[in-house]
Amino acid sequence: MAVDAAAIKTNGHEPSYLEFKGKHTGILGWILSTDHKRIGVLYLISLSIFFLVGVTFGFLMRLELISPGRTIMDAQTYNSFFTLHGVIMIFLFVVPGIPAVFGNFVLPILIGAKDVAFPRINLMSWYMYVIGGLLAVVSILLPGGPADTGWTFYVPYSVRTNTNVMLALFAAFTLGFSSILTGLNFVTTVHRLRAPGMTWFKMPLSIWSLYSTAWVQVLATPIIGITLLLVAVERWLGIGVFDPALGGDPVLYQHLFWIYSHPAVYIMILPAMGVVSEIIPVFARRTIFGYKFIAFSSIAIALFGSLVWAHHMFTVGMSDTGQFVFSLLTMLVAIPSAIKVFNWVATLYKGSIDLSTPLLFVLAFIFLFTIGGLTGVMQGVLSIDMQIHDTSFIVAHFHYVMFGGTGFGFFAALHYWFPKMFGRMYNQKLSKIYFWLLFIGFNFLYFPMFIMGWLGMPRRYYDYLPEFQTYHLISTIGSWILVTGILLMVFNMYRSVKKGKVVTEKNIWGGETLEWQIDTPPIHENFYEIPVVQTDPYQYKLNEAKLEKEVVS
Amino acid sequence: MSSTEHITATHVHRDDVGSRMGMWLFLFTELLLFGGMFILYSVYRFQYAEDFHLAAKELNTILGAFNTAVLLTSSLTMALSIIAIQRDQKTLSLFLQVITIVLALFFLVNKYFEWSAKFHHGIYPGSEELLSKSSGEILFFGLYYVMTGLHGIHVIVGMFLIAIMARMTRRGTITHDNYVRLENTGLYWHLVDIIWIFLFPLFYLIT
Repeated sequence: MAVDAAAIKTNGHEPSYLEFKGKHTGILGWILSTDHKRIGVLYLISLSIFFLVGVTFGFLMRLELISPGRTIMDAQTYNSFFTLHGVIMIFLFVVPGIPAVFGNFVLPILIGAKDVAFPRINLMSWYMYVIGGLLAVVSILLPGGPADTGWTFYVPYSVRTNTNVMLALFAAFTLGFSSILTGLNFVTTVHRLRAPGMTWFKMPLSIWSLYSTAWVQVLATPIIGITLLLVAVERWLGIGVFDPALGGDPVLYQHLFWIYSHPAVYIMILPAMGVVSEIIPVFARRTIFGYKFIAFSSIAIALFGSLVWAHHMFTVGMSDTGQFVFSLLTMLVAIPSAIKVFNWVATLYKGSIDLSTPLLFVLAFIFLFTIGGLTGVMQGVLSIDMQIHDTSFIVAHFHYVMFGGTGFGFFAALHYWFPKMFGRMYNQKLSKIYFWLLFIGFNFLYFPMFIMGWLGMPRRYYDYLPEFQTYHLISTIGSWILVTGILLMVFNMYRSVKKGKVVTEKNIWGGETLEWQIDTPPIHENFYEIPVVQTDPYQYKLNEAKLEKEVVS
Repeated sequence: MSSTEHITATHVHRDDVGSRMGMWLFLFTELLLFGGMFILYSVYRFQYAEDFHLAAKELNTILGAFNTAVLLTSSLTMALSIIAIQRDQKTLSLFLQVITIVLALFFLVNKYFEWSAKFHHGIYPGSEELLSKSSGEILFFGLYYVMTGLHGIHVIVGMFLIAIMARMTRRGTITHDNYVRLENTGLYWHLVDIIWIFLFPLFYLIT
């Protein structure tokens, strides 16, 4: 960006972070490293493993639903599967997702820093993540059976069921801790470690969204921590807090749960929006349209998003005023989200578009997120919510946002930064093939759920009426296409890390942010000298000048 | 690559303002952690005003007040120990830190006697005595045990932290121009104190 490319010294002799030898070598050099880039890669590996486990559960559930009645598993197994699918995907993939992997890798580089503010705490958060993940895995294997409460752990059922709910609770608690540590680290890093000249409004937009996310992580996660802890205490010691038999109020549990878990939705989506804002200018060769609007809309989403939790609970009994206020606030969140979408589209307009894989994923993001977002507004309408609450319409909606949005954003980021991270290029032709498989498979899988949900198919049901058969069949076939795409992608990435074409060029996509001006792959501590930033990100002066001429003539 | 360590060893980074900022953010999370329980407390108090009133009478206000004084004093000694290290009075600072730990221990011992007295009267989670009471009273004592218990855990963690700081002070790692760790521990200790300042009136004084 910003900096004159010649101002950043490179001599090509320094070893990259992949080759760097510190105090420890071999595997220890990785799992004891406090280098933010190595921690990012560690997260990438562990996250991918859990993602594949989550995909497996989802795939098997879909297979079970291919026809009514029992197909491949019994009802109890099915209950455990949707719980595990939810817990793993939410707490181990989507929530840490982009911040932990790409945030860790590029945040310090993008602001011109050598590392995050607290490198050791950063490593600790990865350990917490792994411990949390292992606890979740152990809860599957131990006698008693995996938790069957759904990822929401609603009381009183979660207090009474005999499955391994305790372990699942502690897994979620530990993962929450990990998330808090990452957030705390990022907030401090952005405040303290920006390079000279990197003012707030010269920061790349992904930093704005990671920064807003980090605040939500810090402020919302403790609430889920204490709530899950209270459920654990209630199970363990029989202390009455939520259990109605002891005078407690289960609805209060739901409030506390969603006070975190709704903002968590924005923890999941905001970083993906940042990635989109980062990628679009590069592949359209244009200055981002409405920089400040995008930046502030991230803050606005974080703010409003923290005040809408009760829209998950319109049917549990609440005062009319409460329902009205939460419904209104829910619709307000749509405004900053729409601002972003309009700005992205406006940036693409008249750009010289390079349809590479990262941009394809980004375009898919915009398309799918718009569907997911607009159906979200529908659910914010009280009368419609009464009809579709707890139906597969909801399942379709949040998969469009979480998978179509965050998931595709994650894939976009992966395909965008992969060459920088590993100094190797993936097979681009193959990547376009599986992009289409993912996109088509995704829509086949989730779109029928909108229709059958509208017609009355409840979510989390093991069995269904014959009239829903066609939709379920289409959906299951979609899951096969999607999984094929995912496997091809994993194969491509795995192979490319080892055998991909070597990339030494610093700026493979023609980006103007700082990460494209340092070595590929980056050296230990990123910069030989901390750069001095002078101009805004995403200038693309040549292109913009040409455009202006066209408009004038 | 040679097998020797690369020369560009990780730079030593020190940023006191950043450390304090990180600590404050952490304290926010702690406040919110307790905040969740304060919400529960206020909702249930509103729902079962009568029962809470009755149950609160069972708590020993004198013991509670005594503990409040102990904890407040410990916060004072903690703050003084930071001032002492700033003035390069190492021994005094060390002495004050040890006093803080002793006061914290005092608090816990007191708490132990208080809890055992309750147990003696048959008021503990799941006991017949407690379950025969009204819903509001069960909730009151549930919250009492959970909130003071979690606070107690924080006291123990604080004691460990101060003990580590005392060790560092003795070894000269914490000095008059590098004391941010002691300062952060102090901040944590004041948080523990502040939470107690809210717990005390909510459980003991409002009857």
